[in-house]
Amino acid sequence: MNTIAKRISDFLKDFPPFNMLHKDELLAISKAVDILYLEKDSDLFITGAPIKNQFYVVKDGAIGLFEEETNVLVDECDEGDIFGLRALIRKDSYKLTATALEESIVYSLSSELFENYITTNPEASAYLMTSFVSNTRYSELNLQKPNQSSEGIQDFFEEQSIDFSKNPINCSPETSIKAAAIIMTHKRVGSIVITEKNKPLGIITDKDLRIKIATGIISIEEPVTKIMSFPVITYPENITVAEAQIAMLKYKITHLCITKDGTPNSDLTGILSEHDIIVVRENNASALVKEVKRTSTTKQLQQIRKQAEQLLKRYIKQQIPIVFASKILSAINESITQKIIDQSIKEMPTPPPTTFAWLAIGSQGREEQLLLTDQDNALVFNNVDKNNYKKTQQYFLMLSKKINQKLEIVGFELCPANMMASNPTWCLSVSQWEHQFKKWIITPDQDNLMLCTIFFDFDFVFGDKNIVTTLSEGIFKSIASHDIFLTYLGLNALKNPPPLSFFRQFLVERNGEHKDQFDIKARAMMPLVDAARLLILSKNIKTHNNTIVRFEKLVELEPQNKDVFLACLKAFKNLLYFRTQQGLLHNDSGRFIDLKTLSKANRLELKSCFKAVKDVQDLIQTRFKLSQFL
Amino acid sequence: MSWFRKKVYPPFWESYTQCFKEKPNAEVENIRFVVFDTETTGLDIKKDRILSIGTIAVISNTLKVSDNLECYIKQDLYNIETVKIHGILKEGTINKITEKEAIIQFLEHIKNAVLVAHHAAFDVAMINQALKRLHLPKLKNKVLDTGHLFQKLKLDTSKKHFSLDQLTLLFNIPQHDRHTASGDAFITALLFVKLLGVLKKKNTVLSLAYLQRSNERIGHL
Repeated sequence: MNTIAKRISDFLKDFPPFNMLHKDELLAISKAVDILYLEKDSDLFITGAPIKNQFYVVKDGAIGLFEEETNVLVDECDEGDIFGLRALIRKDSYKLTATALEESIVYSLSSELFENYITTNPEASAYLMTSFVSNTRYSELNLQKPNQSSEGIQDFFEEQSIDFSKNPINCSPETSIKAAAIIMTHKRVGSIVITEKNKPLGIITDKDLRIKIATGIISIEEPVTKIMSFPVITYPENITVAEAQIAMLKYKITHLCITKDGTPNSDLTGILSEHDIIVVRENNASALVKEVKRTSTTKQLQQIRKQAEQLLKRYIKQQIPIVFASKILSAINESITQKIIDQSIKEMPTPPPTTFAWLAIGSQGREEQLLLTDQDNALVFNNVDKNNYKKTQQYFLMLSKKINQKLEIVGFELCPANMMASNPTWCLSVSQWEHQFKKWIITPDQDNLMLCTIFFDFDFVFGDKNIVTTLSEGIFKSIASHDIFLTYLGLNALKNPPPLSFFRQFLVERNGEHKDQFDIKARAMMPLVDAARLLILSKNIKTHNNTIVRFEKLVELEPQNKDVFLACLKAFKNLLYFRTQQGLLHNDSGRFIDLKTLSKANRLELKSCFKAVKDVQDLIQTRFKLSQFL
Repeated sequence: MSWFRKKVYPPFWESYTQCFKEKPNAEVENIRFVVFDTETTGLDIKKDRILSIGTIAVISNTLKVSDNLECYIKQDLYNIETVKIHGILKEGTINKITEKEAIIQFLEHIKNAVLVAHHAAFDVAMINQALKRLHLPKLKNKVLDTGHLFQKLKLDTSKKHFSLDQLTLLFNIPQHDRHTASGDAFITALLFVKLLGVLKKKNTVLSLAYLQRSNERIGHL
């Protein structure tokens, strides 16, 4: 009986890598823990001191790790954080000084415990190594990096079962090839199973008919056994997507027979084709897009958007790469919008007086909108002569109003800041838009900068694409003649410094509706979006809107800064994923996060995202010589 | 004529007293403190019995989880009234030992450590009563009282007694496993190191004598 040890293990079990240990191992560790009480400002170890045979876990309070010379706070450890391990592993002296930032209780664990329980556990040691590596700036360890292609591993984590055809078309071995082909044609299937007493013998597919029959090698009057492939590959009914894929690859086949017990000696109950897998793989995404094209009412579109949300939920659950998920979702959103514009034009009394383009702006323009958020859009129409301007704008405002309303019905809330095409400021002719840009660029005050950041991520959705090209060229011309603008945009990109001391209370929202919650959009995602936009605009590139694609392009353009951009890329993907997950969980935009609900692993992941923000902001500050302004 | 009646004590008591032959450590930093708590059937030292003992050692401001004792004692006397506080059933699944066995383990564990408890006088008296039932002398250890240490801070002179609950609140100590002997010992140990921290600031050189010194008697001792 050891109540105290039990209490300690109860605490540790919530934090990695301790949560990866067996209960008994954890209890053994807990029994051997020393508990330190540190007063505020007292040191646990100091730079240069010989290492103690211990590493530490923060139980309560916060421990700051400082670089001795500069007195810079390198890291802040709070509840569940481990520190002091690096020196222990290196068998070296301490490189940093650990000081209690507030009064703290710290668990002290011996190196023996570390060796006996943590290094022997592959999962736990892998975790520790990864967290060291992710802590790039202060990673002094020359340890083997874990496999970087973690996303590849997570690709399609498919353990779900598949919907396969439950009524397989079959025929007897005596059936003629011609008769079998007639059955297949009649039933509209690409394969037929040859069975005897309902046990699968062989299979004929469209491909067999093409290769073996249409070439005239074998007569169509011959029995099916002449051309069937056999033996068939059989699987039980609970086959997973992954198993099916592997089987098809392994045997180089496109159809699997499903039998009662999974062997060829039991009853045939279904047939699973490569197509069934594709359907699962796309999770009906393409089907949804097709459905959008077929629908006629806004209500139906609303239904489809809801289905898309279910799809997204499944993607997140299956840990499908967020880039893939956002592409699919953007494609669905785009086709819904196109359909709505189509419908709205039909409802107008006359066809459009001139060509126009409908633009998605902001996050929609960047294709980063996974969850239903409010709509941001704009309309640009071809130049018309002065006398017709008012009338033309009125027409498009009316059209836009219809479109905005329909989008609202579908589920895209109206933009509270009224950044929509039905707003006269966001519904202009090409030359009026250019004029407006110039104004924003010449006088980059707070408001205008914000408008730029929203509009510069525009994406063409519907209409005349040439108009958009003209518009882009105009923007770059204006920027080129006012290069101070990029400086302002740079300052704007540094407006939100990364919350490196994330989990201390002072960085959550202080007031308002979201008091005590963390604003993941403003504090983590926007800085990355702003940085990517600024850097890509400074390269005169307009074709890349998406933040991830922008960073990919930057990696290509600036190999010398590859590490920074790759880190940003990874961070943004993580944040997007995280926000989507949170949003689905709480049925909101996912923007505000209650820190208390986060797991330690999530916290650590978020922390590494902030390091990326910090690095890219440093880069911007140097490149655009912004220090003097800060 | 007392040498004729010199009592012969059992070996465990002899080895306990043997510990005190060593010269005690003078520096507070290096003293082994054993913070302990007893759960009892009641507050009457004569009538009531110890239900459980929990301890944790503290050396140089560090709580040594590995250096602890937690034992539960079989009861002949059982006070239904206090069950709702300590939650120990008369018969239950917890492995229980005799009072004698508990005392043996306790003495073996504490050795010559300086004992620490909240309102220590009561806990010490309970142990001493158990010793008496075994025909043994009283505890030889030096004892510190966290209630008394708190008084030294003169933070709150409104009353003489502060409960463990009041002090944990004041010192921001999480209340886990309150009213189990081990849990209370642990909380008391945290309170103890916090008190030492504050005292150290007031009086840079802490001596055991200083910690022990009291203006008035507190509790039942």
